[in-house]
Amino acid sequence: MSDSTAIRQPGAAGAPDQPQFYLRQDHHPQNGTSLGFWIYLMSDCLIFACLFAVYAVVGRNYAAGPSGADLFELELVALNTSMLLLSSITYGFCMLEAQRKRLRPAMAWLAVTGLFGAAFLGLELYEFTHLIHLGAVPQRSAFLSAFFTLVGTHGLHVAFGIVWLVTLMFQLGRHGLIPENQRRLTCLSMFWHFLDLIWIAVFTFVYLMGVLP
Amino acid sequence: MDLKTLLLGRLGWDAIPFHEPILVITFVAVALGGVALLAAISYYRLWGTLWREWFTSIDHKKIGIMYMVLGIIMLLRGFSDAIMMRIQQAIAFGDAAGYLPPHHYDQIFTAHGVIMIFFVAMPLVTGLMNYVVPLQIGARDVAFPFLNNFSFWMTASGAVLTMASLFIGEYSTAGWLAYPPLSGIQHSPSVGVDYYIWALQIAGIGTTLSGINLIVTIIKMRAPGMKMMRMPVFTWTSLCTNVLIVATFPVLTAVLALLAMDRYVGTNFFTNDLGGNPMMYVNLIWIWGHPEVYILILPLFGVFSEIVATYCGKRLFGYTSMVYATVVITVLSYLVWLHHFFTMGSGASVNSFFGIATMVISIPTGAKVFNWLFTMYRGRIRFEVPMMWTVAFMLTFVIGGMTGVMLAIPAADFVLHNSLFLIAHFHNVIIGGVVFGLFAAMTYWFPKAFGYRLDPFWGKCSFWCWVVGFYLAFMPLYVLGFMGVTRRLSHFDDPSLQIWFQIAALGAFIIALGIASFLIQLVVSYRRRDQLRDVSGDPWNGRTLEWSTSSPPPDYNFAFTPMVHDSDAWWQMKQHGAPRPTDGFLPIHMPRNTGAGIILAGLCTVLGFALIWHMWLPAGLSFAAVVGGAIYHTFNYDRDYHIPADQVALVEAERSRQLATNHV
Repeated sequence: MSDSTAIRQPGAAGAPDQPQFYLRQDHHPQNGTSLGFWIYLMSDCLIFACLFAVYAVVGRNYAAGPSGADLFELELVALNTSMLLLSSITYGFCMLEAQRKRLRPAMAWLAVTGLFGAAFLGLELYEFTHLIHLGAVPQRSAFLSAFFTLVGTHGLHVAFGIVWLVTLMFQLGRHGLIPENQRRLTCLSMFWHFLDLIWIAVFTFVYLMGVLP
Repeated sequence: MDLKTLLLGRLGWDAIPFHEPILVITFVAVALGGVALLAAISYYRLWGTLWREWFTSIDHKKIGIMYMVLGIIMLLRGFSDAIMMRIQQAIAFGDAAGYLPPHHYDQIFTAHGVIMIFFVAMPLVTGLMNYVVPLQIGARDVAFPFLNNFSFWMTASGAVLTMASLFIGEYSTAGWLAYPPLSGIQHSPSVGVDYYIWALQIAGIGTTLSGINLIVTIIKMRAPGMKMMRMPVFTWTSLCTNVLIVATFPVLTAVLALLAMDRYVGTNFFTNDLGGNPMMYVNLIWIWGHPEVYILILPLFGVFSEIVATYCGKRLFGYTSMVYATVVITVLSYLVWLHHFFTMGSGASVNSFFGIATMVISIPTGAKVFNWLFTMYRGRIRFEVPMMWTVAFMLTFVIGGMTGVMLAIPAADFVLHNSLFLIAHFHNVIIGGVVFGLFAAMTYWFPKAFGYRLDPFWGKCSFWCWVVGFYLAFMPLYVLGFMGVTRRLSHFDDPSLQIWFQIAALGAFIIALGIASFLIQLVVSYRRRDQLRDVSGDPWNGRTLEWSTSSPPPDYNFAFTPMVHDSDAWWQMKQHGAPRPTDGFLPIHMPRNTGAGIILAGLCTVLGFALIWHMWLPAGLSFAAVVGGAIYHTFNYDRDYHIPADQVALVEAERSRQLATNHV
């Protein structure tokens, strides 16, 4: 927004001292996509905040069932976490290439990111089936309900991110690095790093603190 | 699982309420009316126009009007529920059981609350913001026009699902916030709560997206020179409202998702056994629910500020304090949720904190009331209909605010909790604040939207019926609340209470006359539109930018973007006699209409319905269709066009001609 003193232009309609009341050239407001997407991410963050709060309230209500210390295998979760962290780095490489307007390498890094994401999801699904096999099902206790819902919601987001990523690969292939696609790439980038951030909180709050007695 | 269960789930002929004569008659009436409406649209060949000009429109003005239409239609449904309850409570004493069985009565009070908040107040408020905000900030549309259309249809989709529950299955009996364990699968095994959950989830997505949209619009698209502290007060209150929407609706989404998990998957979030905690639900839903009431009232505070300044012919008193009061209310509204359940037993310290925080809200609100009064002081007040609503609001809202402060005292709340005193209180602030404000706003901006004013005679009829009816309907409820009568009862034993319920029923009938007057007003104004015509674009001698363009505004709102030097930008332009540009027009860049919004929201309606009835196959298919449709939509890169300069010149020349022939 420009200051009012700056827009007093000589030769405007009316008396010489009259401020100008209409912009006589084309007006282009800034594009709001990045801001809008940020605000969307904050609203999504609130959904996670609620799930974390719920986990904080009932996360130790085991109902005489298994606890986190009984169930969590930190080695598996560490592997899982590294997959997601690596995917964030490779997404960063993708963005660097996109800024250099190099389409092929950008798409290659995007594909690598998607594969890391898929690996993360695969490991998570393996963990879930393992737990269900042990009888630690979401219905067993409030702790397990909160655990599956929190971790599962994050997993659903990653799955959605992968669908988006694949869609974007097609769109990049069709139109190249046009401004619209650059914008979409940036939005997905914010989304992907946001999921990383949430996962770090899940890892700390659910798994690391969960194995404490 | 056989194919029939996969396809139809638990839907069968027994879901159709043939045994309820009230519902059968309603259905026949709705069906006849619906068929007549569809036939009329076909007869006048309006389908093409409706589809091209309205349903697929991404023009914020048309979407705003569609929101208003949705809200008014749903008001009729919500009010029918209200008057049915009032009649039942006026007659169901002693041996008389009344005409509504308890199970049906419970559905009615639940539907009344849900519909009035989510599908009357929210669409009306959102519609108002949608229509007015871009015009007030000198923008040509909102930041994300397609998303705006999609948000509207998601809201409409939720309304459709809620209405469907009337004739297919039943509605929730668990009250408007569906507290567990009553709303859990054990105590509410039928589809009622599922209708509630999915209707609100779908509408809630629309509301959140529209909140994001309007925030970005206000932050990014203001006319040059319009600094934050030069925004009209309605834009300020809209900004705060949308911040609240984005800060709270995700909480509703999360808590309803958890309730759905409990009901569909069998998890134990809010159950009484296996470690669940029902009070966690109550806390979470009120973390959304309390800010929600400020989401409803804040925009109307803005409306009253605009109206007071306009009809007193004065700059608003205390613009800066008004803005800060709004921001303070926004923040505080997030810190008071626990006052809805002091009786939970969280202890004296916690209750004191929330009680005091609640009382503190009355300070910025009081500052606002004084600002309006000081604006009126020594103003040249014109008692047009919007100003009458404003004065009635100030008187009524202050009473409601004071009973609110009474309820904020934890010790008093232990006596008044869930009594009719509470019912009287929140109707006092919602009707006296939100509803009065909406009628004021509709009367105020109607000429802007349609090019002619609303007939003042029927407006005054509606005003007096609403105000008198409100006091008759709700003051007795304060009395009954003091006598210890609790809410949501369909039958009473003590005959000494009956007279108060009869007075309340009389009040409800007078409100019905107020609603009827409003509908008559719409018809009469349409028929007298030539006498009520506004060619100036500024029928009330307004102060903000929406009055600087024609009524109704052209598709592009402003041929040239206005430049702003004052919070009352249009007033200043009039003071300086700023000439309207009549040449040098440029092509205007505009977004293109699309059917994607209504199609995707329609698929969401199917998805919601399938989930409610456990139709897993249609649910899976419609979910795939929603995802696929959304992806397909992203492959459309051709989303805008230019209005040629010649066409702008033609439209503007026509306006010049009108202004000249009418000597304005």
